Amino acid sequence: MKTIDLTSSTVRDLNQALHEQALECTEREWAVTNPKGQHNLAVGLDQKLAVDIHGHAGYFCAGMNKKAHIVVHGNAGQGLAENMMSGTVRVKGDASQAAGATAQGGLLVIEGNAGARCGISMKGVDIVVKGSVGHMSCFMGQSGSLVVCGDAGEALGDSLYEVHIYVKGEVKSLGADCIEKDMRAEHIEELSGLLNRAGVDEDPAAFRRYGSARQLYTFKVDNASAY
Amino acid sequence: MSNDNSVKTGLRESATFDRNTMAEIRRAADTGIYDIRGFGAKRKLPHFDDLLFLGASMSRYPLEGYREKCNTSVTLGDRFAKKPIVLDIPVTIAGMSFGALSANAKEALGRGASIAGTSTTTGDGGMTPEERGQSKKLVYQYLPSRYGMNPDDLRKADAIEVVLGQGAKPGGGGMLLGQKITDRVAQMRNLPKGIDQRSACRHPDWTGPDDLAIKIQELREITDWQVPIYIKVGATRTYYDVKLAVKAGADVIVVDGMQGGTAATQDVFIEHVGIPTLAAIPQAVQALKEMGMHRKVQLIVSGGIRNGADVAKCMALGADAVAIGTAALVALGCNDPRWDEEYQKLGSAAGFYDDYQEGKDPAGISTQDPELMKRLDPVEGGRRLANYLRVLTLEAQTLARACGKNDLRNLEPEDLVALTVESAAMARVPLAGTSWIPGQSF
Repeated sequence: MKTIDLTSSTVRDLNQALHEQALECTEREWAVTNPKGQHNLAVGLDQKLAVDIHGHAGYFCAGMNKKAHIVVHGNAGQGLAENMMSGTVRVKGDASQAAGATAQGGLLVIEGNAGARCGISMKGVDIVVKGSVGHMSCFMGQSGSLVVCGDAGEALGDSLYEVHIYVKGEVKSLGADCIEKDMRAEHIEELSGLLNRAGVDEDPAAFRRYGSARQLYTFKVDNASAY
Repeated sequence: MSNDNSVKTGLRESATFDRNTMAEIRRAADTGIYDIRGFGAKRKLPHFDDLLFLGASMSRYPLEGYREKCNTSVTLGDRFAKKPIVLDIPVTIAGMSFGALSANAKEALGRGASIAGTSTTTGDGGMTPEERGQSKKLVYQYLPSRYGMNPDDLRKADAIEVVLGQGAKPGGGGMLLGQKITDRVAQMRNLPKGIDQRSACRHPDWTGPDDLAIKIQELREITDWQVPIYIKVGATRTYYDVKLAVKAGADVIVVDGMQGGTAATQDVFIEHVGIPTLAAIPQAVQALKEMGMHRKVQLIVSGGIRNGADVAKCMALGADAVAIGTAALVALGCNDPRWDEEYQKLGSAAGFYDDYQEGKDPAGISTQDPELMKRLDPVEGGRRLANYLRVLTLEAQTLARACGKNDLRNLEPEDLVALTVESAAMARVPLAGTSWIPGQSF
C-alpha cells in the first residue's frame, strides 16, 4: 500500500500519482491521510485501484471515477462522485448536496445522510443512501437507481425520466411528474440486489417505489401548469 | 410594415399591432403554447454595421495590401494550460450539438475548420467520433445537462468550455424536440427516444463563482492541467460576469451576444433576453483591463458575425478572436435558395427558415433524418466553410492593413467611429465626425 500524506503532498501530487496508474498499474492500494476537507481528491481515476481517504473530503471527491474503489472515512462535500462512470465510491459519513450528480455508472454508497439534490440528473449510476436525502433529490434523473433507507425531502424525483427510486421512510413530497408505483416482484429483486451490493441490511419489502408518470415527456398544452 | 397596396389604398397598418404581431397572437390562440424556433434574434439591433473604420491617411501609415504581412494567428489559453490552443485565424466555430445538427454537418464543420486552421466546438450532446476525427482542434463543451460527458472525451479535447449560458437564451437551457431524438441521439444523451428533451439551465453540482473556481480546478485535475478552460456566458451583465469568470480561473472567456443562434428555444426568449454583441464587448474588455488581464485571459466574441468587417470590428474593440455559428451553417447551405420549394412546403422560404427544432431541414443540416442528411456532402460542405473562413480572414486583414496594422490584434477602438448615437454609446467609440462618446464626454 502506498500512502500519500496531504500535509506534505498537494492534491495535484495525489491526482497525478493516481492518474499515472492508468497507464501502468504498479500499486493497487492507496491511502490518503490528512485530507482536511480539501477539494477534488482522487478525481478522474481510470484504474482498478483501492483508495482509502482517511478523513473528510471537500467538493467533487471521486469526480468522474472509472473503475476505482474509493472509500471516504469521513464526510464528503458537494458533488461527491459527480459524473462517475464505473467503480464504487463509499462514504462512511454524510455527503453534501449533489452527490452522484450526472453519474453514469458504478455504485455510490452513502452510509450517513445525503444533502439536497442527491442523484441530480443521474444517468445510470446506482446510489444507496443508508440515511435520508434532502430536497429535490433525483431531479431530472435519467436512469439508474436511487435507494433511500431513511426519508426523502421535498420534491423527490421532480421532472424524472427513467430512474427507479426506492424509499423506506417518509417522502415529504413528490416533484412534478413523479408518482408512487407498484412494487412488483422484479422490483423487490432489483432492490435486493442493490442492497446486497451496497452491503446494507434492510428488508426490500419495507420500501416503496417511485418513478416517472411520463406525462411531461412531450410538450402538451394541458401540462402548462407543471412547467 | 407598409407595402405598395396599403399605400395605394390608404390603409394604415398599426406599428404596435403589425401583421407579424397579430399572426403571433393568432398562433398563440390556436395552439396554447409559446413559439419555439431556432436561429437567433431577428429584430433590428445596434450592430457592427453601425461602426466604420478610419483608414490611414496623413496621420497613419497604411500597409501594402499584397506585400506586407498582417498576422492572423492567435494563441488561446496560455494562462494556466500546458498546451494552449494556437489558431491560424481568429475565427472559431461556435458550439453546436450533434443532435441539433446532423452528423454530416458536424463533420463538415470539422473539415472546414481544420482546413482553415481553426477550432470547432461540441455542443449539448457529447463528442462524436466524426467530429473528433475531422477537427484538428476541438473544444469540448461542459454543459449543465452533461449529456454524453465522460472523462475519456474530456481528455481527448484540446480545450474545455464551461458553458454558463448562450446569447440566444441567457438563463435558459437547451431544448431538443422529440422529432430529433433518434436512436443515436437518445443513446448519447441517455434519454428515451422521441421525448421532448429539455436541458437544465443550471449546472447540477455547483452554484456561484466560488463553486465554479473549485469546479474548474476539478476539470484541470482530471486533465492534468493540459488544456485551456474557457467559460462561455450569454451577454447580459457582461462586465460582472467576466470579472467573476477571471476570478474563477478561466483561461479564455467567450461572450455570446443576443444575436447568437440556437437550435431551439422560445421566440420570446430569443428576442427579449440579453444584450447586443456590440454592447457586450466593451464591457468585457473593461473588466479584463481593470483586472490587468486583457490579452492574458483571451476574449472570444460571438453573436451575429457575418463578414470580415465584423471580425475586424470585434478585434478593434478588444476581442482576441470571434466565433461563428449561424454564418457557418449558411456557408454549408442553410437557407440556400436552391431548397426554396421545399422550404415553402414547410410554410417557410429560403432566407426565412428557422424551424430547426422540427428536424425537417431541406438542406440536411439541422436534422437527424437520414435521407435529408445525405443532401449535405461533408467534404463539399467543409470546402465551402473553409472558403468562407478564408474570406472572413482576408477581409479582416484588408481592413487592418488599411488602418496600418500588421496584426489583427493591433486594431484598436481608436480606429473606429459610430454612425448612430446608440452604437457610439454601446461600442464606446465617437460618433463619426465628432469626438463625442455618449456617456463618457461631451
